[in-house]
This record gives sequence, C-alpha cells and structure tokens, in this order.
Amino acid sequence: MANKSVWSDNRFWQRSATWVTGFASVLLIWLTFDTSVQIAMGNDEDLKNGVTKRVPGPTVINYKITYEMDAKRGHEVPVIGEKENFFGRDDWSEEEAGALLHLGKLGSQAKNCMDCHTLLGNGAYYAPDLTKAWLDPAWGPNGAMQALTAKETKEEAMAEFLQHPDRYPTHARMMPDLGITAKEAKGLVAFLKHMSSIDTNGFPRNFGHMQGAINGK
Amino acid sequence: MANNHLTSESKQLATWYFTFAAILFGAQLLFGLVAAIQYVMPGFLYEILDFSIARILHINALVVWMVFAMFGSVYWLLPDETGIETIGIKIGKLIYWVFVAAIVVVVLVYLLVQVGPADATTIWFITEGREYIEAPRWADWGIVVVALTFVANLFLTGIKGKQTGIVTVLMADMIAFAGLYLAGMFFTDNISVDQYWWWWVIHLWVEATWEVFVGAIAAYGLITMIGAHRKVVEMWLWIEVAMLFGSGILGLGHHYFWIGTPEYWWEIGALFSALEPLPLVAMFVHVLYDWGKTQGGEEARGSSASVIKNKPAFTWFVLNAFGNFLGAGIWGFFHTLPQVNLYTHGSQFTSAHGHLAFFGAYATILIGMMYIAVQGTNGIKIMKHTKASIWGVSMVTGGVVGMTVALTIAGYVQVLVSRAQMGATWAAYFDGQSGSWFTQAMDWRLILGAVTFSGFLLLAKDLLTTGKSPVHER
Repeated sequence: MANKSVWSDNRFWQRSATWVTGFASVLLIWLTFDTSVQIAMGNDEDLKNGVTKRVPGPTVINYKITYEMDAKRGHEVPVIGEKENFFGRDDWSEEEAGALLHLGKLGSQAKNCMDCHTLLGNGAYYAPDLTKAWLDPAWGPNGAMQALTAKETKEEAMAEFLQHPDRYPTHARMMPDLGITAKEAKGLVAFLKHMSSIDTNGFPRNFGHMQGAINGK
Repeated sequence: MANNHLTSESKQLATWYFTFAAILFGAQLLFGLVAAIQYVMPGFLYEILDFSIARILHINALVVWMVFAMFGSVYWLLPDETGIETIGIKIGKLIYWVFVAAIVVVVLVYLLVQVGPADATTIWFITEGREYIEAPRWADWGIVVVALTFVANLFLTGIKGKQTGIVTVLMADMIAFAGLYLAGMFFTDNISVDQYWWWWVIHLWVEATWEVFVGAIAAYGLITMIGAHRKVVEMWLWIEVAMLFGSGILGLGHHYFWIGTPEYWWEIGALFSALEPLPLVAMFVHVLYDWGKTQGGEEARGSSASVIKNKPAFTWFVLNAFGNFLGAGIWGFFHTLPQVNLYTHGSQFTSAHGHLAFFGAYATILIGMMYIAVQGTNGIKIMKHTKASIWGVSMVTGGVVGMTVALTIAGYVQVLVSRAQMGATWAAYFDGQSGSWFTQAMDWRLILGAVTFSGFLLLAKDLLTTGKSPVHER
C-alpha cells in the first residue's frame, strides 16, 4: 500500500471532514459569544447617558426615534432623540416598559404575525415588512392612518387598527380580526416601536424617503 | 400490507413513515393552493382560514413530511448497511404512533383554534408563532422524545452492526439534527436574540445537516440502484461532508445581515454562503459520473442493459442532483451577497428560492426513497416506469419549476418597485403588489401550483398501485 495516494484514501477525507466541521463549529461558537454580547438588550441608564446599543432597552418607547443616513457607515441607522409621549406619557419606568414589550412580543407570536408579515425581514410576504413600521409616514401626522382611525397620535392609531383591522382596509388584501384586546394592542405597538430602534445595518434601505416624511428631530 | 416481501421490521416501520409522509405532502400542497388562491382572490376564506393559517400548515406540513421521510429512509437503509435488524425497533414503532398522534393534534389546533391571547399558554398549547417551528412548546418536547428514540435506534444499531461510511455519516449528522432543535425552544423579549437562535434551527437544518443527509442517501441509492462501487461513493461522501459543513455552518452568517447583529456577519455570511453551491456541484457530478462510469463498465463487458434497478427512483435521484444545484445553489446564490440581499431580503425572491430548493434538494430524493421502498416491499428485481410515474414526475417537476419562475418575476417587481423605487413602506409594499407584472406572476403561480397538485395525485396513485403492475421484472 506504500504507493497509494492519500488523495484517494477514505480515511484522509473522513479526517478532513471532521477537522473542517470542527473548525467551522468552533468559529461559529466563538462568534456567537461576541454577537450575544453585542445584541443583548440595553437598559434605561444607557438611554439616559446616550450610550448607543444595537438593541436598546424597553424604555426607548419614551423617546423619539428617527432613521437617518450615517455618513461614516454608509447607510441609515436608528437615532434616538428627545423625549416623546407614548400613550400620553414619557416616563414609562423600566418595569412598565419591559412588561409592555414582553406583552407585545408574546402577542406577536400568539397572533402568528410573521406568517403574513416579515419582522426584521423574516416571515411571510403577504403583508408589509414591520421592521420600521413605527417610522412609516402613513402613521405620522401627515399620513392617512390617523385620519382614517380618527385618532390623534401615531400609537393610538396603530392600536386602534390592530384591534379592528377589518374596519380600516388599505388594500383588497385585508388583515383579519385576530381578537387583539386594547391591552395587547398597546403591547404590540410598544414592540413595534422598540423594533424600529434596533440597528439593522441599514435594512430596509431608503425607508419612507420617497414621501420625504422622515423629518428628523 | 398483506403479502409483502419485507422480513425486516425496520423496513416495515420505514413504510409506515413513508406513508404518513406522503399524506402530509398532499396536505402541504393543498394548503399551498389555498394560500396561492388568496394572493389572487384576497377574500377567499377570509377570517375562516386566513393566509397566515394556510401558510403555517403549508410550511409545517413541508418540514414534518420531510422529517418523516428522512426517518423512514434511515429505518429503510439501516438493515442493508449494518447487516442486522434495527435495535429497539419495537420502541421505534410505538414512538411512531406517538409522533403521528401529536401531529394530528397540533394540526387540529392550528385549524380550529388558530390564535390565542398574548400569554404563555398560547405558546405552550396553540402556537409559538415562529415561522417553520410554530408547533407549541408541548409538541417541541414530544419531538425531542421522538428524535431521541430515533437517534438511539440509529446509534445502537450502528455500533453493534457493520458501521459503514454511510452509517457513520448518518450517526454524526442525525445527532446534530436532533440537537439543533433545542436552539428553537425558548422565549425571549429580544427579537434579535430570538431570530439569532431561530436560524440555528432553520439554517443549520436545511443548509447543513439536511444536505449531508441527502449526500448519505444519494450514496446509498447509487450503491443499491446502479451498483456503484462503495469505496468511490463513500470517498465522495466524505468530501461532500467536508464541503457542506465547511461552507454551510458559517454560511449561517447570511441570515445575520439585518437582524440587529454586527456588521462582520456581512463578510462571513457572504464568503461562506457564496461557497455553499460548490458541494452541490460536487453532488451533481458524483451522481452523474457514477452513473456514467457504471453504465460504461457494463458496456465494456459487451452488455447494453441498463444498470438501473429502479427507474422511477433513479429519475428522482437524478432530479435531486439537478434540483439541489439549481434551487439551493443557483437560486440561493442569486441573493446571498449583502449588497443584493439588502433589497431582496424578505421578498418573493426568497419564496422562489424556497420553493425550488426544498423541492430540488429534499422532496425529489425522498420521493425516490419511497419508490425504493415500493420496490423492496413488492419484491421487484427491476422496477420500471409506468405512465402514471412519468406523468407524475413531469407534472410535479414542471409545476414547481414554473412556480419558481413566476415567483422570481414577482420578486423582481417587488424588489424594484417596493424596495428600490418606493422605499419599503406600507404604501410602497402595496404599490409593488398591485403592479400588473406582479399580479400576473401570481396568476401563473396558482395555475402551476394546480399542475403540481395534479401531478402529486398521479404520483400518489402510482406509489399505491405500481407495486402490483406487470411491467416490472420480478
């Protein structure tokens, strides 16, 4: 067997497969540790001190969020600005905001949101992406949805729509009534507002710019 | 089945798994049709069986029928490879019924309850609401028990019997496959963390462990159907494992471009996922080269007889070689670079890729295994095509390829109009969806979906009846 080439030796390929798989797995696990730290949710202190987190804490709902071009990074990033009322208050405590986000995230799963919509671009393609839905000009002061739902603020308009989507059709393809309660709707809107503050590396690109509706702070 | 030729209990259990897999395959196509109709006629079954529910059933039935057929394939080939009866087969059979019963309950709850209040009971008993793995938490634990029993059957048999290269690969692969499911069994308020681990299940299943599984099944098929040389086949298999895991594990990075994860995933995801088509080329070459080589050897001996012992199964295996490369490889590569994916992420492009990849990479070879089981069950020496098998394979394949083309066009419109031109808002989304190119593409998708379903009916008829057909050599 002395002159048999290693390239036609099954043991050689078996060992190669094992080493390649092991190396890739170790690298993935190492990167997972790094990523886990970077995507851990921030807290209220970070927000108060202006520390930027990829995933801010739940009290981000007390602040105005915009989506602006970052010249250095070459794409848009969420920018957390001044205080802003959310359902009439801008002093949601960490516990209250956390409970609201928890309810909203549970609701997003209990109602199977991602089997029609995409969240962070993942899900189904039957309805619009919700990644930056909070920043959609349609819900803003000049958009159609506040007038349609007869509400004064973005969050109330969204909550009203979520409770009775079949009353406010925007297309022949209508969202069904999923039995969302007033409390759940509030949680879902908090969840959407929080999601819009996540740094998604510029996805989606040019969001809402065609209407020129994101005016900054 | 009466008067069947199976003496192995493991193979009997395999036929049970294949039977339920085929039923779920039918259910998958049926609910896919409902969802396709809803794109064309949005009022169809509105607030009765909404798109979200139809789609859950469409993709869950897909995943589960494939898992059933994969388990069936392993139970089928184990006695051939190891030379012994599968150890613990009685428990394996019992667990099968537990698995079937659990799935029936989960499906009934999806259909009849659909959604629940925003609390933990919904997550535990109705739906987890996470695409592909919506099954409620109780069912997750059931799946863990079922998977552990299956892995135990495989390991005990592999250790006691002859441990071929194919069995070794399957043992390593199936334990990873089962273990990865655990990554999808927790709740978190942080959606970035949620999706990070969710992809460990979805991606590391379909772009790593399932692909390696296909490599092992293709190896088994080549040895049993055309008498390819084991030494050559298993060497290729190890090379494929190295290439598949080498590219697929870190190729996971292409799902981490936009979910809140750091920018370095752009480079890692782009590089490794761009390499993912390479092993699929290798698998394609492997199947066709071995076929040509074996047939050539036959002809060198002066015989013009075909070396293929199971024509319909081999047809599906060759389609797998093409379909895996085209659907997973080419259609995946289309939108895997971050520069492109920024616009295509979460569009009908993804859907086009999903349809051709799941069909090409998995449905084909698993249907091939069903034909191998029909051959074995009926004691057929050389199995030939029937009219139904030819029409079945042609219509199913033509239908899926046609749907893929239609969805690719729809994706193109969506990317240009909704994303690049209009900036991805709610209004932009519906502008894109209302364009005539988009709506026409959806009409064609529905028509070709109906062709696929008709092809499935012929395929099912053939699988049920071809065993008794006089065309085969016994």
